[in-house]
Amino acid sequence: MSVNVLRTTTARRRRTDQLARWALLAGLILALVPLVLVLLFVIIRGAGALDLHFFTTDPTGAFFGNQGGIKSAILGTVEIVALATAITVPVGIGLAIYTCEVGRQSKLAMAVRYFIDVLTGVPSIVFGLFIYTVLVVSGVFGGFAAWKGSIALALLMLPVVARASEISLMLVPDSLREAALALGVPRWRMIMQVVLPTAFTGLLTGILLAVTRAAGETAPLLFTVLGAQGTTFGLGDQMNSLPLQIFNDVRQPNPELVTRAWGAALTLITIIFIINITARLATRRNRIQ
Amino acid sequence: MSKHPKSKNKNTVIAPVKGLGVRIRALRAFYGDNEAVKGVDLDFPANQVTAIIGPSGCGKSTLVRCINRMHEETPGARAAGQILLDNLDIYGREVDPVAVRRTIGMVFQKPNPFPTMTILDNVTAGPRLTGAGRDGLRERAAQSLRDAGLWNEVKDRLNTPASGLSGGQQQRLCIARTIAQEPEVLLMDEPCSALDPGSTQRIEELILKLKTRFTVILVTHNLQQAVRVAGRTAFMLDGSLIEVGPTNHIFNTSSDQRTEQYVTGKFG
Repeated sequence: MSVNVLRTTTARRRRTDQLARWALLAGLILALVPLVLVLLFVIIRGAGALDLHFFTTDPTGAFFGNQGGIKSAILGTVEIVALATAITVPVGIGLAIYTCEVGRQSKLAMAVRYFIDVLTGVPSIVFGLFIYTVLVVSGVFGGFAAWKGSIALALLMLPVVARASEISLMLVPDSLREAALALGVPRWRMIMQVVLPTAFTGLLTGILLAVTRAAGETAPLLFTVLGAQGTTFGLGDQMNSLPLQIFNDVRQPNPELVTRAWGAALTLITIIFIINITARLATRRNRIQ
Repeated sequence: MSKHPKSKNKNTVIAPVKGLGVRIRALRAFYGDNEAVKGVDLDFPANQVTAIIGPSGCGKSTLVRCINRMHEETPGARAAGQILLDNLDIYGREVDPVAVRRTIGMVFQKPNPFPTMTILDNVTAGPRLTGAGRDGLRERAAQSLRDAGLWNEVKDRLNTPASGLSGGQQQRLCIARTIAQEPEVLLMDEPCSALDPGSTQRIEELILKLKTRFTVILVTHNLQQAVRVAGRTAFMLDGSLIEVGPTNHIFNTSSDQRTEQYVTGKFG
């Protein structure tokens, strides 16, 4: 009798367990299929475009003949996204420090959190239109310019960085804050030298998430940066970028230009992949030291 | 008695008279509307270990957190009354709570070394992060580790992460970190309750050694620990101080029925 009490795993339970396992596996495969297909498709269509010439020359704008590569698009994306990141990171982490370390349950912190959530849901084209109206049409410091695109991207990245940073700051145990405060460490140094380093990996993940999203955005750049053919390092100029290059090329009735679009797409994915891997390796080395 | 230089509280106008220990006068502490400490008067003589015992929720941890002004860090928490360190009221208007915490060190229930820092950086965290001089930091760290009885175990791996240490070692590291700040008072809030008996014994031996230099205030749930290390014991119940006196008296000849019942295990 006493042994029978332990025999609670009935045949029906085992069947249900198996069924649930298969259902979850099916869900996983279903989720992976489009991802793998997209990657495969981009590689198959884009790999043919890649050669040295592709990375070292600017697009010429020619429809026939020498159409050129995508050098200006790669450099443009790097420049625009780098500036956007430089704007977003201090502001986003600053917001997170406010809502998590300073304001906490105050009304202002609650309001900030709410507006960050609202910003997350704003479509990217709205940020583009906003910057177009405020900075381009109004003619502040000229018309279309790369830095205006960076600001549009920064607005898009801000809620992502702020939210992810807040979550990683909240994951830092309060016992560490108490340890620092009890040593007589001023609050600001406690935040800078205990909380932020402890949350570093999480903060970096949030930043990468935002960078990844911003690097592929086209809409905020359409009416702010406009586009260009040649390489430029002037952030006040119009500039080329990978999403714009893809957007322009893929609409051309010339298979060679469409292939260049696929090549640019593959390049964009690869750049994002490299940034992610580098950051992961860097943080791992950091932790061991 | 003590050879190490005392840290000076720059915000103090009155020259402190040393050696009076900590004296609590009419202390009340609140969490919102909930009164956790209900008017306590209690003296902690210098260079002695005073244990605070009492059932969970009796306010002993809150009381200790008032002494280094950590209590007010809890949202909605506040305190009223006087706490005198030597002859200075640490709740006085001109006193900076950050400076108070440099003079009154605290060791917590759960070991809390900084996980991103090495063993050495943990010990020197106090002087480094409070902007004190960096001169002789390494020697100071080594001395603190020796004082905490950890030096021989970590001297060959000072630059490895503190998270690689065992729980007992981490707690001694936290003690080393606290005494590297050269405080006058050492608050210990159940420092052994997360540790095994061997580590507990080492920390108790350490406390007995440290009392020659510090005023030690020890909150404990372990009554035997109070008997082993504390010269004086205070018994708290429901936010009030029931009795304080020589440990021997509290445990053997207490006239108060509640104390007697608690120390003989009839409740709590």
